[in-house]
Amino acid sequence: MSIKLKALLKSPWVFHLSTGSCNNCDIEILDCLTPRFDIERFGMLLVGSIKHADVLLITGSGNRKSMERAKRLYEQIPKPCLVVAVGECALSRGMFIHSYNCPVPIDKVIPVDVYIPGCPPKPEAIIAGVVKLIEKVRKSTEKK
Amino acid sequence: MEKTIIPIGPYHPLQEEPEFFLLTVEGEKVVDIDVHIGYNHRGIEKLSETKTFDQSTFLIERICGICSTSHPFAYTRAVEDIIPIEVPERAKYIRTIIAEGERIHSHLLWLGLAGHFLGYNTVYMWAWKLREEILDVMEILTGNRNNYAMFKPGGVRRDIKSEDIPVVIKKIDSIVSTLEMLKKAVIDDPVLHARTKGIGILSKEDAINYCALGPTARASGVARDLRKDSPYGAYDKVEWDMIVTHNGDVFDKVVVRVLETFESIKIIKNCLLNLPGGEIDANIKDIPPGEGIGFIEAPRGECFHYVKSDGTNRPVRHKVRAPTFMNLPTYKATVIGEDISDATIILAAIDPCYCCTERMTVCNTKRKKIYNGKDLIKLSREKTEILRNKMGVK
Ligand code: SF4
Repeated sequence: MSIKLKALLKSPWVFHLSTGSCNNCDIEILDCLTPRFDIERFGMLLVGSIKHADVLLITGSGNRKSMERAKRLYEQIPKPCLVVAVGECALSRGMFIHSYNCPVPIDKVIPVDVYIPGCPPKPEAIIAGVVKLIEKVRKSTEKK
Repeated sequence: MEKTIIPIGPYHPLQEEPEFFLLTVEGEKVVDIDVHIGYNHRGIEKLSETKTFDQSTFLIERICGICSTSHPFAYTRAVEDIIPIEVPERAKYIRTIIAEGERIHSHLLWLGLAGHFLGYNTVYMWAWKLREEILDVMEILTGNRNNYAMFKPGGVRRDIKSEDIPVVIKKIDSIVSTLEMLKKAVIDDPVLHARTKGIGILSKEDAINYCALGPTARASGVARDLRKDSPYGAYDKVEWDMIVTHNGDVFDKVVVRVLETFESIKIIKNCLLNLPGGEIDANIKDIPPGEGIGFIEAPRGECFHYVKSDGTNRPVRHKVRAPTFMNLPTYKATVIGEDISDATIILAAIDPCYCCTERMTVCNTKRKKIYNGKDLIKLSREKTEILRNKMGVK
């Protein structure tokens, strides 16, 4: 495993990006930080700047105005990075699929590694999703 | 002194939603503020016209995840206003219980975030830990942590089982004792006093002039609460007090919200103990042509919905006015003249919810003309005329 990936999997720092969501997914992500779920014990930390992040958590239905910014932010994140789409909106635009302001699903713009369905997904689901992603990356690199 | 512009956002660690603030500062003092939103706009009012009245309830719920009861509540009241129809008594009580549960979780959520903005993460962790208990209660009652899907025009979708009531009451009682502790820790804390007292003052006149709503107005001494002024649901049948304070600073907004959670607990308990029997749904068949309005007191203030029906199964117009839409302009009165370091907490003090507030306006700029139906018909006739003349057709 390359040293970069190894360091990334040890304690993935997470940046959260909302692209036109209803707030619920974002709040469930914040919920993961609080005492009941406490993802910090796995070394995960929500960071304030994209330049410190290893994992990008995307929520929301990809609205016209924010998608441009999201693309720019994705270009700024240090690679290799992992991208997780949280919530039905980020997967397929969910309820807002026919909206004039949500033209394309997020994964047409940014490559997504893991999809976590649910509207909103429970914090348990978000944690399980991120853990699965880490497992997957670890296994795929070990084989080589 | 030289003016500097500080851009904050749209993706910043301050709030979980994207929004863009432009602070103009002179040294440490904020002299002007501008807010740009639109990063959350999803065109819900337009989408609502493509869905049936029943389907719309689920869409409306997703306007905002925190007020996922207030919006459907106001919407269903608007639809019931078109017919007009009276909701069964039991449904009214259940609606009240869910709405108050949401108020508790919303206020605790805000309290936690406010602590976080002040750099006081202990409050953040405490409040959110307590909030989990409320979410558990909501999960018992509705089957969901958020987005409860309890509302439908004419009643509620799901009944409260009688065997759940003692469990919920026990849980709520245990919350009260923890909440008491949190209240003492927050309201008597000298650090919080130093950071929030006398900061971001919204005077009573300003609150009235800017049409501030909800806790933002009540903290400035404007005793307005729809639950008292124009009772709906079961609010006129249970005992509770309106919380009003008079200073209008950030601290008072904290106090109003913390004390309101106690009132909400009182209301929930009263409603659960006096839950009447009977139907939970009025079984609406057809919705006649007409207009209806629905308004309720959301955690952040008055939430207003307008629905117009033409007799089909879809609304022809649906208008939403969320409380933050009215509270947002109070920034002009509160932030200007304060330090930058205090600006964050003042911006957060109204409990802003941008995804409720997002709307789109088509502006008529100089270059582009905006055509309405009449203009288009006129244009089309003119063009036909030109074509006719060209081809020599009479
Ligand atoms: S998936 Fe559901 S809960 Fe999450 S942002 Fe979209 S509408 Fe809200």
